[in-house]
Amino acid sequence: MSLSIENLLGLEDVPQADINQIFDAAFSFREVLERPVKKVPTLKGTTVVNLFFEPSTRTKNSFALAEKRLSADTVNFSAASSSLQKGESLKDTIQNLCAMKIDLVVMRHPTPGSVKMLADFVNAVIINAGDGTHEHPTQALLDIMSLKEKFGQVQDLNVAIIGDIKHSRVALSNIYGLKTMGANVMLCAPPPFMPVSVEDLDVKVTYNVDEALEFADAVNVLRIQKERQASGLIPSLREYRNRFGITLERVASLQKPITILHPGPMNRQVEIDSAIADGENAIILDQVLNGVAVRMAVLFLLSGS
Amino acid sequence: MNFITKKTVTDSKMLGRMITRLSHEIIEKCKGIDNLAIVGIRTRGEYIAKRLAEEIENIEKTEVPVGILDVVMYRDDFRSKNKLPKLKVTDIPFDVDNKKLILVDDVIYTGRTVRAALDALTDLGRPASIKLAVLIDRGHREMPIMPNFVGKEFKTAPEEEIRVKVKEIDDKDEILLVEAKK
Repeated sequence: MSLSIENLLGLEDVPQADINQIFDAAFSFREVLERPVKKVPTLKGTTVVNLFFEPSTRTKNSFALAEKRLSADTVNFSAASSSLQKGESLKDTIQNLCAMKIDLVVMRHPTPGSVKMLADFVNAVIINAGDGTHEHPTQALLDIMSLKEKFGQVQDLNVAIIGDIKHSRVALSNIYGLKTMGANVMLCAPPPFMPVSVEDLDVKVTYNVDEALEFADAVNVLRIQKERQASGLIPSLREYRNRFGITLERVASLQKPITILHPGPMNRQVEIDSAIADGENAIILDQVLNGVAVRMAVLFLLSGS
Repeated sequence: MNFITKKTVTDSKMLGRMITRLSHEIIEKCKGIDNLAIVGIRTRGEYIAKRLAEEIENIEKTEVPVGILDVVMYRDDFRSKNKLPKLKVTDIPFDVDNKKLILVDDVIYTGRTVRAALDALTDLGRPASIKLAVLIDRGHREMPIMPNFVGKEFKTAPEEEIRVKVKEIDDKDEILLVEAKK
């Protein structure tokens, strides 16, 4: 059992067999998370450096927990308190860290493609924890794993992604991953939030949220980044809610149950109503638990390569 | 890799008798079945554990809890092998605290799997005791580990392998001595 990929930079080129292996391992690690002693010695002696050049709560803590549960040694690096402030380049910073014999690097960086650049000159396994508006593969893996857990399989499942798709790395990784796993994907967003080259993604597109809800077995509701409103892309949050919000009325008018995912952090009463987010069809907290398991699986499988 | 079968070590009838004898030995050595629980190591140990539990239930007319342990996460050699072993789920549906555990595997060889299993079990709680039952002891131990209950001691050469087959997943019950084809 080993993956065909050596680094996890994005889901664009990850084959289905690899994704299935990651899910199988993640379901095994789920059991560890249910134990009284939530720790296994699997990665004892492996050193992981967490490089976060951007604020993160969920992803950073999820990776940190995954590493601790596997008994890896970890070094945490945050840009604000580093030599980057003294003018050291990213490349030099990372080469210096790697000279200290690091096995894996988990990196989040605001520049799309930064992890790819890193992978080209560093002799360690690289895991992308979000590179700008490009990809966030572990988030998509945990989303798809949660769908697989809920529905049994992802093949032929209808999944709608609703919200700020253009600026979302979560959306892009989900699109690649869902398509690889055989799901039907529909994107729904106001025109300023739809990617320019959306037709290249080979997915269904709608600008009508009711049409997306009608189509979907599950919807992944993306966060409206409030700073986007200041830039004038949407007139107001209230208008966004009226036109695109996953409201109680909209969901209640459907003749079927619909599964709700949200990568967090949520803006309640903007892109999603509290009654829906806390409702029986929301699997948002399952996503968080699966996030730790899926990251354990990725760390475990890539460290063996 | 292709293997050639050199010898049938145990046929299906003998394997059944082996299970029956081991069950009686376990009951006797544990002085009954109070707090007894059986844990099989994936993959073949799982099926042997279930058969032992069934047999003990037949003899004592009381149910014995059975769990399945996956020790891949606890192996010390997973990085040195070319291929990672497939990770499966540990499923122990009872509290191991204060239980008399019988750890079951098909074959004991270097003792490293059992070492990993002991670590895994002690992470789950504090059993009253752990005893080890195996169908075949093929020698060549690399760790100071001895089984308490042995179906058969069978001396082997390091290049040989013991294959335990169980009808649940291999169509028939038998134990074979095989060797890799050169």
